[in-house]
Amino acid sequence: MTNATRLELLPGVHLTAVQTKKFKSSALGVQFLLPLSAQDASLNALTPMVLRRGTERCPDMESLSAALDELYGGSLEPVVRKKGETQCVGFVGSFLDDAYTLGGERVLEPAAELLGEVLLRPCTQDGVFRLDYVRQEQANLIDRIRAQVNDKRQYALIRVVAEMCADEPFGVDKLGSEAAAAAITAASLWNAYQEMLRTAPVEFYYCGSAELERVRSALEPVLQALPGGGVRRAPARPQQKSAPAVPRRTEEVLDVTQGKLSMGLRTGGIDVWSGEFPALLLCNALFGGTTTSKLFLNVRERLSLCYYASSQLEKYKGVMLVSSGVEFGKVEQAEAEILAQLEQCRQGSFEDWELESARRSVVSGYRSILDSQGRLEDFWLGQAAAGIDEGPEGLCARLEQVTREQAAAAAQKLSLDTVYFLKGKEA
Amino acid sequence: MERRAYPRIGEQVFHTVLENGLHIYVDQRPEFQKSYAFFATNYGGMDMKFHLDGVWQDTPAGVAHFLEHKMFDTEDGNALQDLAANGASPNAFTSSAITGYYFESTEKFEENLKILLSFVSVPYFTQESVDKEQGIIGQEIRMVEDDPDNQVFFSLMECLYDHHPIQVSIAGTQESISHITADTLYACHKAFYCPGNMVLTAAGNVDPEHICAIAREILPGDPGGSIERDYGGAEPEAAARPSKELRMEVSTPIFQLGFKADTAPAGQARLRQRLLGELACEALLGNSSPLYARLYGEGLINNNFSYGFESYPGCAFLCAGGESQDPEAVRAAVLAEADRLCREGVDEDLFRRLKKGVYGAKVRGLNSMENTCIELAQGHFAQFDYLEFPEIFDSIEKPDVEACLRAWVNEARCGLAVVRPKGGAE
Repeated sequence: MTNATRLELLPGVHLTAVQTKKFKSSALGVQFLLPLSAQDASLNALTPMVLRRGTERCPDMESLSAALDELYGGSLEPVVRKKGETQCVGFVGSFLDDAYTLGGERVLEPAAELLGEVLLRPCTQDGVFRLDYVRQEQANLIDRIRAQVNDKRQYALIRVVAEMCADEPFGVDKLGSEAAAAAITAASLWNAYQEMLRTAPVEFYYCGSAELERVRSALEPVLQALPGGGVRRAPARPQQKSAPAVPRRTEEVLDVTQGKLSMGLRTGGIDVWSGEFPALLLCNALFGGTTTSKLFLNVRERLSLCYYASSQLEKYKGVMLVSSGVEFGKVEQAEAEILAQLEQCRQGSFEDWELESARRSVVSGYRSILDSQGRLEDFWLGQAAAGIDEGPEGLCARLEQVTREQAAAAAQKLSLDTVYFLKGKEA
Repeated sequence: MERRAYPRIGEQVFHTVLENGLHIYVDQRPEFQKSYAFFATNYGGMDMKFHLDGVWQDTPAGVAHFLEHKMFDTEDGNALQDLAANGASPNAFTSSAITGYYFESTEKFEENLKILLSFVSVPYFTQESVDKEQGIIGQEIRMVEDDPDNQVFFSLMECLYDHHPIQVSIAGTQESISHITADTLYACHKAFYCPGNMVLTAAGNVDPEHICAIAREILPGDPGGSIERDYGGAEPEAAARPSKELRMEVSTPIFQLGFKADTAPAGQARLRQRLLGELACEALLGNSSPLYARLYGEGLINNNFSYGFESYPGCAFLCAGGESQDPEAVRAAVLAEADRLCREGVDEDLFRRLKKGVYGAKVRGLNSMENTCIELAQGHFAQFDYLEFPEIFDSIEKPDVEACLRAWVNEARCGLAVVRPKGGAE
């Protein structure tokens, strides 16, 4: 059982707390929810990275790391995530649970204090962020954006999304763009930070052995210091679009030895808010989400067309992505086979064991979220951003009810929108 | 079964040795949804030359990894599918030293365990399926060849080691795997996949006695012979070559800087060396070290920087790397800092905090059943009990770490591998 409690601490400020003694650590974090936009994504992404450089009390990384080492090597990582068209920025911390400290000392309270300090009392210069910290983290952000090309599998997915959703917020990468990152100044970043503190919905998260009351008191000073006076508006739900009559196609040439084919599909309006969502989850698992899926068994195993071929859902948007690594010469054959397998799903041509193993895999995936502090945090953040309070168990119960007709019906709603191919120079 | 309690870290492990020589370790965690089983052989990418049935065998690079792929084939189909059909997430990996097969599942654990033990212990290959796998692994090798992190790591190994097979890419090359036949696979399975050369670890909401009963029922009774391996004799203390450079499609130069440590001892001393190595890394260039703050402040490293200490039979090293516009400057700064630490010693307060930090991170690492099972298995092969790390930590003093820095971190033992962007200026 998940004992997840969600409390509104202040208007637009929530705490999700999961009480459990099964972990050696406790997770503590805070995220701000912002509308994803080409204009602000890089600014928002940069904010936690600069905050993590130093506070009034610990003005540099060395002293901040020392403070974390005193908390038994706790971590406090700046994170940027994209949940549909909501950009979530903040910190995720992991600290040793009090039960395992050497001298029986408490870690939660000083950890919450440090989190508040990093968030609200940055090391400043002339009333804004220190210029050297901004410049450096800006350079790091630009490097990270440029470095996306290093991981070709992930890069091919970023590119297909950018092409497919070019005129939707979803087409914006969670880190924004190199141009937007380069345009940031210490003043523009400071203003964005102040605006975020005042107006963005705030999600605190805790998972560990401490009682709810203790967590609430530990966070109280942080709440007190949080600037008020703004209205924290809940994130809007993304627009659903339909695929063009003829799929868009785009190719890119880089010096690689293996081609990457990625395909973006629209789910025909099914997303995490839909009643048909469990059917879509099952349909995705059946098609390309597991090692018993049609893509794995046919495109990879039977025909050896790819080293990998899989599908995944962007559940907060209503998009499915297919990702595969193929030899340059086999790309047309691979694409045709991927679509042929999709057609099989649409027609309901799958065996009972295929459906049941897809179901077992999805159910097991959701149940095992309860065993990982990191995955639990990410799950609850996504639900919070979507305004949904269903936990993994509730979803599992709905998954058990999905029929083969419903899974096929979800497949029938899928339509191919964009095909992206990354090929080598010699091809 | 023998029950070992580790009150400081809140764990208990059941251990036994079966009649066929197989060691079983079970870390019981009734409060978890999922259970995890890890079945491993002491056989990895670097075990290419070995003694079997009185003859020395010289096998091509990539056999251990190739076997890992083919083991999932069974006479009736594919074990991956059987496990997945039960809702388990199965997978396997081959490292330089070991090959491990595992699954996690939230239901039908014992049924899944039977499948795991059975497909790993019963080989079934045909020449046709081996030929087909050449294509799949060929694609994987291409992917590895496009992966700069992998390329830079093995380049560092080439810098540090004269002949030790740690420098051989685990998957092999297109050429080396072309020599692999069904017979090669059967021979290597026979040599290395016998109970005496394997270990089974499990964690989660499981019954230790049932696990033993299942292992007894499924696995062969013969423990198998002992295998002598040849890693080419002792390595010189110094690095084989100071540097190696590659050019690939990357945005910024990627580097790995390494220092050759003393060859890892066996037994509990191996775990102690590892903890010493990790603390030495932290003191020299870890997140809370003065050097890290300086390098980061000067923009010579960014938050992609990572570091660690690794040990394998016949070799051990410290390594650190990430992205940098000037990897040579990072090397110079690390060598200068090591010099300073050898002269002035590590700061008392820093050392106390580092010990606390590394200890906490190790305890937190036990959250992961995967991590715990793999550590227990690797510890078994290296003859140490991983969960005794708190006691070893207690015994480590500052001069122990300083002695490591003095012995290992110097120019003679240093290697630097760099992947630079293609077409960029030198």
